[in-house]
This record gives sequence, structure tokens and C-alpha cells, in this order.
Amino acid sequence: MIISVASGKGGTGKTTVAVGLALSLLECPPLDVASVTLIDCDVEAPNAALFLRPSLGPEETVDLLVPQVDAEACTLCGRCAEVCQYHALAVVGDKVLVFEDLCHGCGSCTLICPESAISEVPHRIGTVARGRVGSMRFVHGHLDIGRPMAVPIIRQARRGAADEEGVVVLDAPPGAACPAVASMRGADFVLLVTESTPFGLHDLQAALQVARDELGIPVGVVINRDGIGDDGVDRFCAAEGVPILLRIPFERRIAEAYADGVPITQTVPELREAFLGLYDSVREAVS
Amino acid sequence: MKQILILSGKGGTGKTTVAAGLAHLASAEASLVLADADVDASNLELVLHPELEETTPFEGGVKAVIDPARCTCCGRCAEVCRFEAVIDGEDAYAVDAVACEGCAACHYQCPAEAIAMVPTQAGEWYRSRTPWGVLFHARLFPGEENSGKLVATVKQNANLWALRHKANYLLVDGPPGIGCPVIAATAGTQLALLVTEPSMSGLHDLERILGTVAHFGVKAAVIVNKWDLKPARAAEIEAFCRDRGISLIGRIPYDDAVTRAMVSGDPVTAVTDGPVTAELRRIWRTVATILAE
Repeated sequence: MIISVASGKGGTGKTTVAVGLALSLLECPPLDVASVTLIDCDVEAPNAALFLRPSLGPEETVDLLVPQVDAEACTLCGRCAEVCQYHALAVVGDKVLVFEDLCHGCGSCTLICPESAISEVPHRIGTVARGRVGSMRFVHGHLDIGRPMAVPIIRQARRGAADEEGVVVLDAPPGAACPAVASMRGADFVLLVTESTPFGLHDLQAALQVARDELGIPVGVVINRDGIGDDGVDRFCAAEGVPILLRIPFERRIAEAYADGVPITQTVPELREAFLGLYDSVREAVS
Repeated sequence: MKQILILSGKGGTGKTTVAAGLAHLASAEASLVLADADVDASNLELVLHPELEETTPFEGGVKAVIDPARCTCCGRCAEVCRFEAVIDGEDAYAVDAVACEGCAACHYQCPAEAIAMVPTQAGEWYRSRTPWGVLFHARLFPGEENSGKLVATVKQNANLWALRHKANYLLVDGPPGIGCPVIAATAGTQLALLVTEPSMSGLHDLERILGTVAHFGVKAAVIVNKWDLKPARAAEIEAFCRDRGISLIGRIPYDDAVTRAMVSGDPVTAVTDGPVTAELRRIWRTVATILAE
């Protein structure tokens, strides 16, 4: 089962919940959970490793296949630039220029070139590392500084996860655009972490639209820093029929432990039961 | 006209709180244009009392649509698609619009010419009047691509407006992360204010966003929000900034007034004269000085 932990608004506690859930399942495994994997899909700002301190294997580089034009064979017909939807190729003078950072690696130019003058070469955009935290499998990805495209790194980090027996927890990036979609797509359940403030509610609505309405995945809400703000999230969830599966109180000791990279289940051991209860609700909703 | 961009790397560190507070304070002494470049979680409008003046549809790009009547089920589209967007059907193939990146490889390769590339409306952008300046903001429809292109659209229009109306500053509330929308927001910026929090995650992500703005040659200054929640971590951030030669221009204390202002829908500086407002006032003076140099 794949559980994606997403949010809309940043900084609501996705990593806290993903790490808390994964560790609870690891330390007190329910009978149906054969293994636990955590994949940090927030490749722009990956923080799960700060809490889990995994032992990691060597970094794999993530490459996008970008076009390389053989100047000998090229007739400057411009067909490649014409079909490229991302303006990553341009014929200038007697040359075809390639703008790697605009290329999505779709391969359309290579297929269309009448002279077969285009080959594809790897262009590094980031890394993925795989490792372990005890018996838990751990994966995270890093987008290289200055590179725009996060989605291929998320895809590579998730590779193989669908075949995984047991529970796979995905720590998604904030927002409701393509990196968030890539971290929710194919999940069996999406946990939406929010806080009970107008910002939390506004962005929860966007994330809910992606997860439930666009992708058709069952969802539940976790309210973090419960007690601050107002009751807007509660009223919204009641009106939409979205279950609130867990409330994490607003306490200084939780904030301090977070600051030091201490998992929440270590600071508030009672929460382990709550995370296991959360998993039960998810399993029931999925089956 | 000077452009100021608020970024953070990590989400939820207080970009919008800082943006709204600075907008309120700065507008008392200068003319401002405001922009929200976080187009898939745009919260600045929630605290600036915007009166909507203009809505423009945003055409994001194109998506492939297969005509089932012409599809011969040869499977060439599924073969060339690298985004797992083609769904194998019994009588015809179909395209998963959420997965389609609009590359058109299938359109060009389909031997039956059964695939059209159809423009999609991926969002809207708005111009609104607020008590503190004209606000350009947007909404990317959930799950859509091209957030970077929408950010660029919002910023271009805000920029033109600011130049035409001879504004002193364009103040931009940026998106989290370091990827495509952040890079799009960075264009043309004179000063990036990096808002962080005193935690290991805050520092880790500060380092990444600092690398990103440096990569694009933008000057940066750091603000630590809620610094007193963990003074030891705040001290680490100060040491980091010293090492890198980056000015740390603000230490905003934790105060419930920030959440209360968010609930009442106001800039925090407009509803309280407490320590957060005092620090934001100091930050604005520093920003104005840096930009005047």
C-alpha cells in the first residue's frame, strides 16, 4: 500500500507525519505490514533524512535525455525546433542550439529528424540515494541547484515502489502543481496535512482537488498544531465529508524537538498509538 | 523601480507574513506594486483585502487528445510517450490529461493522424486593488503544469504596471522550493529576502535556496522567523550567514499575533504594534537602505 503525505501549504508538518507514521509502523508492525519504506519526494527541500539519519548507499545521478545534434548530418531543416513544445531547440545561423534546462526529455525531436542527426545524451539534473533506517527502506532525491525540473527525480525515487510489499510512505512536496501530482499519482491513499488557519484551509482545498477530484484517490486530513487559528478547516472537512484522522496538538516541546531533528514519536510516545490508529483508518478506507 | 523577492526553500516559514507586513509598512512611504508568485498556494490575497479589477485566463499549454474514431490501436503513441500518459483501451487509446506534459511526440508519430494537441486553460491571473498597492496574483488550476510560465506571466504584468505607474518597488511573495517556479520568480530581482526558521530543516533548505539565488546572480539577505523558539538553532543560522558573508537582517520573534492577523485577514503590522511589527519595521528600513546603495 502506498500512502502519500501531502499538504498544499508548505511547513504544515508533512515530514513530521510521514516520519511519525513510518516509525510507528516499523516499531509496532501491524500483522499485515511486511515492510516499511519511506520515500522523500520533496526533492527541492528534502528533510526526512535529518530526522531518520539513514545509512545511504552511493548516489545515483538522475539524468534527462537531451538532444545532441550531429552537425555533419544536420541539414538545418528546423523540423526539431518546430516540433519542440518547450522551445528547447533553435536553428541560429548554421547551428542548432539546445537549451538543456528547457528540455523535458520527451524525445520528439529525435524521432522527427529526417536525417536521424539527433541522438540523446544524459544531462544531470539531480540525484537519488537509497538506504536503510534499521529494517526500513529509505529513499530520497535532490534536485541540483539551479535546475528547474523536479518531476523526473521524483519518478526515479519512486521507481520500484509500486511492487513493494508492505507500506510505502511518500513525503510529498508542498503545492498543487506537477511535483505534488507526481508524488500523489498512483498512491492508494493521500493524507493531507494542514493547520487550522485560513492559509492552511486555502491550500488544503487545492490539494484536495488534486488528490480526490483529479486523481480519484481516497483522502483523509491530519490537523497539525491543533488549537491555533480558527475552526475553518473543521467546518470545511465536515461539509466536504473528508475525515479528520489525526490531530497533533500545538506544544512547544514538539516544535523544539522538530527543530533538533527528533522524530515526533520519540518526543510524544503516545502518538505512536495514534499513528497506528491512523494506519487502521487508512487500511479500512482502501479495502 | 526595485524588485524584492521573498523566498525560503522550505515552505511555511513565514514568507507571506513578511510580504504582507512589508507591503503595509513600505506603502506608507513609497509607491508599491505587489505580486504573489506562489501560484499553486497563493495566500497573499487572504491578508490584503483585494478588490478584484481584472481576470485573465491563463493558457498553460497543450494536451494530447486521441480521436477514438480514427485510432487504429497500433500502440505507437504509448510506445513514444515517456510520461506514462497513454492509456491502453480496448477500442481506442486515450490520454491521461493529468500525466500528459504536452510534448506532442504522439501527435507527430501517430500514423493515423488521430491525435490533436488541444490548448488547455491551466489557470487565471488577476489584478486587484489593495489598500497598500496594486496586487498581481494568480491561480494555477489544481494539478496543472506550467507553474513557472504562470509565475513569469504574473511577474511580467506586475513589472509593466510598476514601470508604467512609476512605482518605487515591486514586492514579490515567492513560492517554496528551488525549482521551476522559483527560478521563474527570480528573474529581474535586485534583492531576495530568504525567510527561514530556527530548525535543522530551516538551515538545510536555506543553504539550497541561497545556492539557487547565487546561481542566478541575485543578492540575498536572511530573515529568521520565530527565532526565539529555538535560540541555539538561530545561532547556527547566524554562524552560517557569517561564514557565507550573507547579511542577516531580521530576527522576528514568535508571537500569537501573527496567527490572529492571519485569521482576521490582515497584515500583522496593521493589527498590532508589538515586537513582530517593530522588527518588520526595522527590516524594511534595512531593505530600503540596501536597495538605495
